[in-house]
Amino acid sequence: MKPKADVKTKAGSQIKVITGNAAAAIGAKLARPDVVAAYPITPQTEIIEQISKFHADGEMDCELITVEGENSAMNAVMAASLAGGRVFTASSSWGLVFMYDAILATAGARAPVVMVNVNRETPGIIAVSSGQQDMISTRDAGWIFLIAEDCQEVLDLVLQAYRLAEDYDIQVPVMVHYDGFYLSYLSEGVNVPLQEDVDRFLSVLNDQPQRTRLLPGGKLGCGTHGILGGYLELRYKHVSALERSKAKFEEIDKEFHQIFGRSYGGQIEEYRMDDADVVLVGSGSMCGTIKAVIDEKREAGVKAGLLKIRMYRPFPSEAMVAALAGKKAIGVVDRSLCFGFKGGPIYTELKSLEIQLGGSKMISFIDGIANTDITKANVEQMIDTTCDLAAGKDVREVTWVSYPEAREPDSEKTGGL
Amino acid sequence: MSEVRFHGRGGQGVVTTSKILANAFARTGQFGASFPMFGFERRGAPVTAFGRFSDKAVREKTQIYNPDIIVVLDPSQRNSDAVFQGLLPGGMMLLNDSDNKINVSHENLKRLGIIDANKIAVEEIGLSIPNTVIVGAFAKMSGLLDIEPCCDALQDYFSGKKLLANIVCAKRGFEEVALFDL
Repeated sequence: MKPKADVKTKAGSQIKVITGNAAAAIGAKLARPDVVAAYPITPQTEIIEQISKFHADGEMDCELITVEGENSAMNAVMAASLAGGRVFTASSSWGLVFMYDAILATAGARAPVVMVNVNRETPGIIAVSSGQQDMISTRDAGWIFLIAEDCQEVLDLVLQAYRLAEDYDIQVPVMVHYDGFYLSYLSEGVNVPLQEDVDRFLSVLNDQPQRTRLLPGGKLGCGTHGILGGYLELRYKHVSALERSKAKFEEIDKEFHQIFGRSYGGQIEEYRMDDADVVLVGSGSMCGTIKAVIDEKREAGVKAGLLKIRMYRPFPSEAMVAALAGKKAIGVVDRSLCFGFKGGPIYTELKSLEIQLGGSKMISFIDGIANTDITKANVEQMIDTTCDLAAGKDVREVTWVSYPEAREPDSEKTGGL
Repeated sequence: MSEVRFHGRGGQGVVTTSKILANAFARTGQFGASFPMFGFERRGAPVTAFGRFSDKAVREKTQIYNPDIIVVLDPSQRNSDAVFQGLLPGGMMLLNDSDNKINVSHENLKRLGIIDANKIAVEEIGLSIPNTVIVGAFAKMSGLLDIEPCCDALQDYFSGKKLLANIVCAKRGFEEVALFDL
């Protein structure tokens, strides 16, 4: 039987039905990294399998270092990045925290590493299940964090991550996050761009000044003991670069649209927000389900909208205030916990903008942790509860949507665990 | 949109079945999205997969609780409550079974397809991995797809002799599935 050609699109790309993990691997391949170092872990393993195959088949001309553990993976790509190379790695959960010290060091050294983290619950309670707790456990490392909703966005964000990390004015490592299981193993149609278009998109970096390189024989201190003023200067510059990365990400989104025809809105995506009274704030794969429910609610006359967080670090404060100010009520959906606070992490952070939001009421929804499914019924419940809040009804501040046994975490309960 | 739930065991190709069908739908200009749900990957453990097939882009990334169609690759699960859970009125079931008669019942089940996919797979590929036979049988029973895009989709998962043998599997599934309207 004669194989048929793949479906061609207008842009000349190919539509392939692939998983989120395959999309990440293809994105990495298209970026032409010099060095890939990685160690497999569920639900990320397929990325490493695919990259190994690309490498073995001669489709990927990189140094592939199959390290003995994640800590070495991050140290290897950090070193290669400091030497001027383009690098890639991927991990998840236990692997991510096993490289934690190297994650911090990579950020401190301002090494523009690009990595993928497939979100999964962290060690603590042993669980092979989806959840963004691993993202939260590394959020203060000084990296830029991006979050994808579907397989197409996984591929596109990997490409955009290189433009952001390696930009001469940024030079901060970037981690692309997407939900384990619900997205890592989801097969759907993805526009796989042509190599020449990706080369063109990334070629902007070639025209920028050469970043400082740590090379054998060269005399250069890097990541050394900054104390007092030196430390403060490095940290201040790092924080400033993170602030600059917000506008840079918006620019990159526009340029990406010019070449590939897809635009996501930059730091945040607004879905049916213009005339919305109530808004859910979410991130990752849940956003597709939320959009579908919002469409149903709109038909029933409920003015609901979604604000999807695409850039989580730096926190897109200004963009969120501009989009949310004046809304009657906001429900924040967290797929993780913020130990020490009752509400979820994103809720807790958004609360810091309460004054700028000018009177919008806020509530926290915890759902989707430990693989619990953020169902359409759950989303409907969240929208209804947020509508109740907007209508001035008495609504509890924090709801564990898939665990109705949970009242608001209660300080008065005594005894045992 | 048609929502399909697949039931089987690790090693039977449940996940690949759902992937191939999503692939086949994409080749017709429609949209397919499928994903499995399991913890640790291991042979023999029950595996569930979910498929959404539509003429519009599929946005939902949630499991399927009210399927239009259920596909059962592991005959030992054919009468389990989990298999029939939430089946919508007018529902269909495709069952991999050596026993070619109606021995399942559910008030919402309107169409049943039975195919001895293991036997065909052993004859054609020498392994009792029923998935590609199921793909062809699904196309016939559901009426949602023709057999050609299914065979085309197999190119993304097999090559050489294995591809040819699996195309035969899919075609035999399409031709040999026994359909019962209840």
